[in-house]
Amino acid sequence: MNSQPMPAKTTEVINISELDHHFATEVDRRSQADLKRCYQCRTCGNGCPFVEAMDYPPYGVIRLVQFGMRQKALECATIWVCVSCHTCSSQCPNSIDIAAIMDTLRSMALEERAVIGNKEILAFHLEVLHSIERYGRTHKLGIMLRHKLLTGQWFKDVDVGLRMLTKRKLDLVASKVRAMDEINRLFLPYWRVKPR
Amino acid sequence: MNPEESLKFSYYPGCSVATTAAESNHSLMQVCRLLGLDLQELEDWNCCGSSSAYSVDPELGFNLSARNLSLAPGDRPLLVMCPRCLHHLRHTHLEMQQDPRKRRAQERRWGRPISPDLEIVHFLEALIRFGLDRLKKGAARNLNGLKFVPYYGCTLFRPPALRRQKYYQAEVENILTALGGVAVTRTYNQRCCGSFLSAVKPELVTSLVNDIIGSAVAAGADCLVTTCAMCQLNLEVRCTAAKRLPIFHFSEILALALGAKDCQGWFIRHLVNPRPLLKDRGLLGPPRLGQVP
Repeated sequence: MNSQPMPAKTTEVINISELDHHFATEVDRRSQADLKRCYQCRTCGNGCPFVEAMDYPPYGVIRLVQFGMRQKALECATIWVCVSCHTCSSQCPNSIDIAAIMDTLRSMALEERAVIGNKEILAFHLEVLHSIERYGRTHKLGIMLRHKLLTGQWFKDVDVGLRMLTKRKLDLVASKVRAMDEINRLFLPYWRVKPR
Repeated sequence: MNPEESLKFSYYPGCSVATTAAESNHSLMQVCRLLGLDLQELEDWNCCGSSSAYSVDPELGFNLSARNLSLAPGDRPLLVMCPRCLHHLRHTHLEMQQDPRKRRAQERRWGRPISPDLEIVHFLEALIRFGLDRLKKGAARNLNGLKFVPYYGCTLFRPPALRRQKYYQAEVENILTALGGVAVTRTYNQRCCGSFLSAVKPELVTSLVNDIIGSAVAAGADCLVTTCAMCQLNLEVRCTAAKRLPIFHFSEILALALGAKDCQGWFIRHLVNPRPLLKDRGLLGPPRLGQVP
């Protein structure tokens, strides 16, 4: 199984006056996850398939929230690496919905314009949203090409792309929702939508 | 519910099943035709929001799912193939059930009613309602001891927000074992395939996929059968292990057992060619009489 990143011994000082005492309550209210129940058993970190790619294991992020370390929690990579596979919450003895905490932290990071812990993953999500905005559905080829254009990694994964193309798994033309006006409305504030 | 009613569904394919995994869609259609299930695709459906909308703007995801629900007629269950879409649509519906104000707001937004009693079911649920005995009677061939891993991935069972909802654990094995397959379950068959990280962190997903396939090889399986189109793709494209196994969509294997004629067209679209295995097991070509399970 995966090895968990061991937290390095650190002499970092936590300045109590800098802690955000409302942070945990706020995250708890928005995520409905009841994170106060976490007693740091670390089971979530043992089961997580993605823990190697994270800077803090899931229980570490919960600890940051419990301590009120707002900036560290919102700027970590973990919240972006999590794919909501729910392995952690199925193993959590207190059945805390950990993925819901990650969802909430991601939203807060974007709202507060925090430094994004993994820009590439966010860029990918934005490409998917771009596709939904344009077609009402996701167009895989378009998403892949634009993602490559924006990240500049043209030669990464070319073989996979070509194999998918030859198997006709990537449609050239996007399938599109007909009532696009209904989709467009979701991407604009109501007062920007053209009146009937 | 009377049995006639339970065989009518409206159908939400979702983006992957409709495009990248078209073979999954085609084989589902064949299964429904052969079993006499009436599927009516939702008129002008849109993306459920995928992981991305829920990652960056949960409200947008909610609205996208709610539009789909506003398109579903209230008098028949909504059948969904993709576990992620199922999760999002169910979650959205549950939220509107618990808070009628949210439902009314969405009804006003779309100008269409949303039934609070709408049932949202996975394809496996449709098969359970159809009945295993009837399914066995409809089979055209025996799966001849094909050793399969029932690979569920992560989303069909686990979402904690839906923990009081119906789950379908072990249904794939129940059905395919009845049709003559042999289930190999001591594998990583519920481990996450890596989901969208396949596009951004391929090296990470490769190591997960190799673990999953490796566990299937070690357990002596011939192939994996998945209920999720994204898992199917990730398991195929991200595997770098020396020994690869064919990865089937559940509907493909089912259609094959039920005697569908156009299987070859689906199998061509696979990146790991499943035809040698099927030929070896005598599962290609027209079914011979006397082979029924």
